[in-house]
Amino acid sequence: MSDSLVTEITNAGNPVDAILRTDRMPHIWCPGCGIGTTVNSFARALIDSKIDLGSLALVSGIGCTGRVAGYVKLDSFHTTHGRAIPFATGLKLANPNLNVVVYSGDGDLSAIGGNHLIHAARRNIDLKVICVNNLIYAMTGGQTAPTTPGHSTTSTNPYGTFEPSFNLPHLVEAAGAVYVARWTTFHVRQLARSISEAFKKNGFSFIEVISPCPTLYQRRNKLGDALDTMKYYKEKSKIRNGSPTGEAGLTMTGEIIVGKFVDRDRPDYGTMMRAQYADALGDEYVEQDQREHDQTENDQAEMVCS
Amino acid sequence: MKADHCEADHCQADRHTADRRTADPRGVLTGTHFIDGDHACCEGALAAGARFAAGYPITPSTEVVERFAARVPKVGGTFIQMEDELAASIALQGAVWGGAKAFTVTSGPGFSLMMEHIGYAVMTETPCVFVDVQRGGPSTGLPTLPAQADMMQARWGSHGDYEIIALCPNSPQECFDLTITAFNLAEEFRVPVMFMMDEVVGHMTEKVVIPPADEIEITPRRHTRKSVEDYLPYGTNGDGVPEMAHAGEGYNFHVTGLTHDERGYPNMTPPVQDKLVRRLQSKIRNAADRICLFEEEQLEGAEVVVVSYGITSRVAQRAIESAREKGLRVGKLRLITAWPFPEKKIRELAAKVKAFVVPELNLGQMVHEVQRAADGQAKTFAVSHAGGGVHKPEDILKVIVEASKCRIV
Amino acid sequence: MAKGRVTIVVEHCKACGLCVEFCPSHVLALSSAFNSKGYHPPHVVHPENCSGCDLCGMYCPDFAIYATKVAPAKEGGK
Repeated sequence: MSDSLVTEITNAGNPVDAILRTDRMPHIWCPGCGIGTTVNSFARALIDSKIDLGSLALVSGIGCTGRVAGYVKLDSFHTTHGRAIPFATGLKLANPNLNVVVYSGDGDLSAIGGNHLIHAARRNIDLKVICVNNLIYAMTGGQTAPTTPGHSTTSTNPYGTFEPSFNLPHLVEAAGAVYVARWTTFHVRQLARSISEAFKKNGFSFIEVISPCPTLYQRRNKLGDALDTMKYYKEKSKIRNGSPTGEAGLTMTGEIIVGKFVDRDRPDYGTMMRAQYADALGDEYVEQDQREHDQTENDQAEMVCS
Repeated sequence: MKADHCEADHCQADRHTADRRTADPRGVLTGTHFIDGDHACCEGALAAGARFAAGYPITPSTEVVERFAARVPKVGGTFIQMEDELAASIALQGAVWGGAKAFTVTSGPGFSLMMEHIGYAVMTETPCVFVDVQRGGPSTGLPTLPAQADMMQARWGSHGDYEIIALCPNSPQECFDLTITAFNLAEEFRVPVMFMMDEVVGHMTEKVVIPPADEIEITPRRHTRKSVEDYLPYGTNGDGVPEMAHAGEGYNFHVTGLTHDERGYPNMTPPVQDKLVRRLQSKIRNAADRICLFEEEQLEGAEVVVVSYGITSRVAQRAIESAREKGLRVGKLRLITAWPFPEKKIRELAAKVKAFVVPELNLGQMVHEVQRAADGQAKTFAVSHAGGGVHKPEDILKVIVEASKCRIV
Repeated sequence: MAKGRVTIVVEHCKACGLCVEFCPSHVLALSSAFNSKGYHPPHVVHPENCSGCDLCGMYCPDFAIYATKVAPAKEGGK
């Protein structure tokens, strides 16, 4: 089966085109921006894990990474700044059969969206969160983000940042995520594999991808272009699967600890909710498909059409 | 011929008349009840088919979702208390796109937080209901006491040009009946509907009669029947309202808050903006005659018309009757729909009456709309109240008497 | 005989240079030609080395290049 799948794809051209809205290409991302690279890994993961694309929904927020929703040929929702996760929560709860992916950036997910990030992790809502972390607010012109490393130059810290920055894997692990990994855009195959693994998990899965923003973060901090950054990722990344997330903090030019940090099991929100209701209500509990009844239901009035 | 295979234009366009359905009995608590407005609103939502609510506790609205949390696991649905109103107001929209009818409930401070997402629902044409049980403001204000000071906010609270529908119940019975109307209008026009209760209506206990399910008319979702190839997420039929698909049905549609074209693709150019925003506005305004519900009494030959809504209309009733006992010719116009504002009705009346008297539990909000629609043809008198209680009938009567003495313009 | 073949979507390329750098078999180099946006897209300089691994495709942020495996040549009968 898999061999013929490979043949089919190679005959069809670029594998990623299967999930791209090719009628919207070329995209708006800058030369060397890592977001497109993450989409390649995402596409690879979808192919390899044989996910039914018809039951996959992708939700994004606002920002450069938020634009991913508009470029993928899936049921996709470009929502408001910071609120992809609660939107995705409602979507998943209304239709638990959906595989719901949240694809958004570091500012969107950890600043304005920070509250929702930690609560969804706490609740273990069954969402797959891909957080592209370019250490900056890129779309709006390069402002400081909670993830911007110390002593970086940004447009809102023109004399250099001095705030401590978030260690996102540590944050989401503490909040309760069951799967936590970090890669960079250099680690394309490992990233695809992590995304595939996340699809198999039940619960809140968080994958951080460190990515270049050559136009703003790298340029303002004289860190070279995308190629230079990718060489830095290659040279300074240390793959430490299972490493304690507390040790995974980032600096501007230091080591980048990558790998799969957390992979644990605990029941997801939906499972706990159903168990609690069943326990409390017994036969009275109606666990039901909440979707609006289809028009073909029996109680629909017949229409007469000439 | 069943509707599911019919794609003729009239079948798509006439959905609101030809496609009526009735309530799902699982959600209908048929019988006679003695409950308050908050509880009745919850029952209305369940009867309307709501099977998802996301909320955040805020006085005096919390009982609506507390009851929903207790009822819905036995009816078949989900309630989730989110971490804040920002989350609640968007989680319900995710649920709508997942296939459910959904709503949230709040009061002033939470309503303010929800404004961005009300705009998102307008822009993405997500049918849903936002219940605001109004309390004294501004800011934390009077959590347990009434006001009607969010009326303009319901219309203009979010940024940009947009239209919404707002309904004002004045009794627990109406909290039941009009919640169903709210959901029906939301589905028909693919717009968020603001359900503007107030603390008194929410916390007053009265008789509420819930009819059998088959007597409750429900407007179903405008669910597309088109093929994946033919479906345009924001392409419209004659009435300017597009058909909807849900996630997981294979349509691979895109929804965005950015200005978009009929494919749902972002297209941030002036012509596309003009077309989209004007359509969002006209789909409501063109149907104003159908959406504007009001109760009228003795308007024929009236010299003064009292325009009121919500709990104030109950107090105004006493004032009107007292005025009539004094021999004054006073008509009543009770707004059930506050937005779109029934300007046509006011304009017609303004040509015939001397004055409007507009009592409100605020320092003047809907009165400005009355004055605007009257367009100088009749005088407008406000009876303001800063909130925290209701008017005394004599305060309204005093202004009715004054209005009846004014010279015709 | 190459095991893979590279396809380049010239007009979508922004000449970031990642495919050239990270191709394990050094199949690519930036060309001196221009696309209509003024970028130098890559071109294939060592086609015989291509393994069809598609690392170029995985890295490309613009979906402007990909490699596919080609069927191996049949034995005999030439």
